[in-house]
Amino acid sequence: MKTSLRLLALFLLSFPLARPLLAETLTIAAAADLKFAMAEVVEQFRAARSGDKIDVIYGSSGKFFTQIKNGAPFDMYFSADIEYPRALEKDGLTSGITRPYAIGRIVLWSLNPELAQTALRDLPKAPIRKFAIANPHHAPYGLRAKEALEHQGVWSAMEAKLVLGENIAHTAQFVDSGAAEAGLVALALVLSPTMAGKGAWTPIPAQWHEPLEQGYVITRRAAGNPLAQAFSDYMASEPARVVMRRYGFVLPGEEGK
Amino acid sequence: MSAADWMALSTTLKLAAVTTLVLLIVGTPIAWWLARTKNRVAVVVEAVVALPLVLPPTVLGFYMLVALGPNGFIGGTLLALGWHHLAFTFAGLVVASTLYSLPFMVQPLKDAFAAVGSRMTEAAATLRASPWDSFFSVVLPLSRRGLLTATTLTFAHTVGEFGVVLMVGGNIPGETRVLSIAIYDHAEAMDYASAHVLAGGLLVASFLLLFMVYFLNRRYHVVHV
Repeated sequence: MKTSLRLLALFLLSFPLARPLLAETLTIAAAADLKFAMAEVVEQFRAARSGDKIDVIYGSSGKFFTQIKNGAPFDMYFSADIEYPRALEKDGLTSGITRPYAIGRIVLWSLNPELAQTALRDLPKAPIRKFAIANPHHAPYGLRAKEALEHQGVWSAMEAKLVLGENIAHTAQFVDSGAAEAGLVALALVLSPTMAGKGAWTPIPAQWHEPLEQGYVITRRAAGNPLAQAFSDYMASEPARVVMRRYGFVLPGEEGK
Repeated sequence: MSAADWMALSTTLKLAAVTTLVLLIVGTPIAWWLARTKNRVAVVVEAVVALPLVLPPTVLGFYMLVALGPNGFIGGTLLALGWHHLAFTFAGLVVASTLYSLPFMVQPLKDAFAAVGSRMTEAAATLRASPWDSFFSVVLPLSRRGLLTATTLTFAHTVGEFGVVLMVGGNIPGETRVLSIAIYDHAEAMDYASAHVLAGGLLVASFLLLFMVYFLNRRYHVVHV
């Protein structure tokens, strides 16, 4: 009995040693609008670094902010709102500064192509029972959607028809299932191969809402993680920027174009 | 507490009450059949009834959204009949919660009915009681503790559900914004004071409710898989 226990203990202890000793790990918390773009960037990055373990977790920027404040084991944090990583930086929870990486755009998306052509100001008259946006109280894309509807003077008319997603990917699910006739979602999501050919979308003019300035930061726990630095450098490289552009993001330094 | 929070509380209580009522009507015959049948299919039915205990609520919720929506089996059928689909409606939440809380109603009831045994109903039958009569005047009174457990647990479980509502509710004030969603929103928006008030209240109320049930009856096993 004792021998077998010892053997079991040895067996279990051998696991951490089984990994290649030089492999690094990187855990990234990323805003839900990056679901597809980030996956491609990471895949390209990974191709050059066999053996390294890179995990990306997608969710709401606000939730990750709270989790990192409470010691969540993330090495990098890509937020849909640059203010969150800046706040972490102020609290001394980061290593290095917050960098902008993209400016997001919102689109009117519907499975019904005709409905997707509707001008925002005509939404209240359109055949819509439920209209999906992300929760403006805590989701950056939701707040921008609210601002755009307010800008066009239809917020109060649409309020009764709103269904609120927890983050922008969840909001897209509401439209994708057909349960909400239309919604305001991230351009980066409708440009993904997964969504291609599903209904139609119309971009919302960027001047109708505050800019969706997105930023990322390396957390304090990853201060000595070379992989985090490498990925940070990779984000600024042309191959990564090509992917981000393809997903409709306006990149830092290209705002005027 | 804000007006919106009071609204969320009343929506929650309404949802829990309606769901419990529906499950009393739907769950009782299922429990009765499971307790009395010799049919081998019963094992399959029992497994299906227990599924909501082990399925992640968000997964269940996602499939409910698809089923209740315009392209789904339930929502699509309703549309064909000239009604509208059930995603993002209170009725839709009742359907989803009924499924989600099913084991909490059926299992305690089944145990109670099984404990009554068949001799009581046989005795009632020899005294010329109809099956309905013997069920309502013999079996139910003898199963009152199981009935209390099932009703309370179903109610409490529905009050506490989150994942399913998140997926099929859409967070509409007065319709689908229940307490758990309101607490979640407060926490997400970092308004911890409001979140604490609601969460603390929910915790105390749930504890008291469960304490009462366990205090009143220490004989039955509560839900088991």
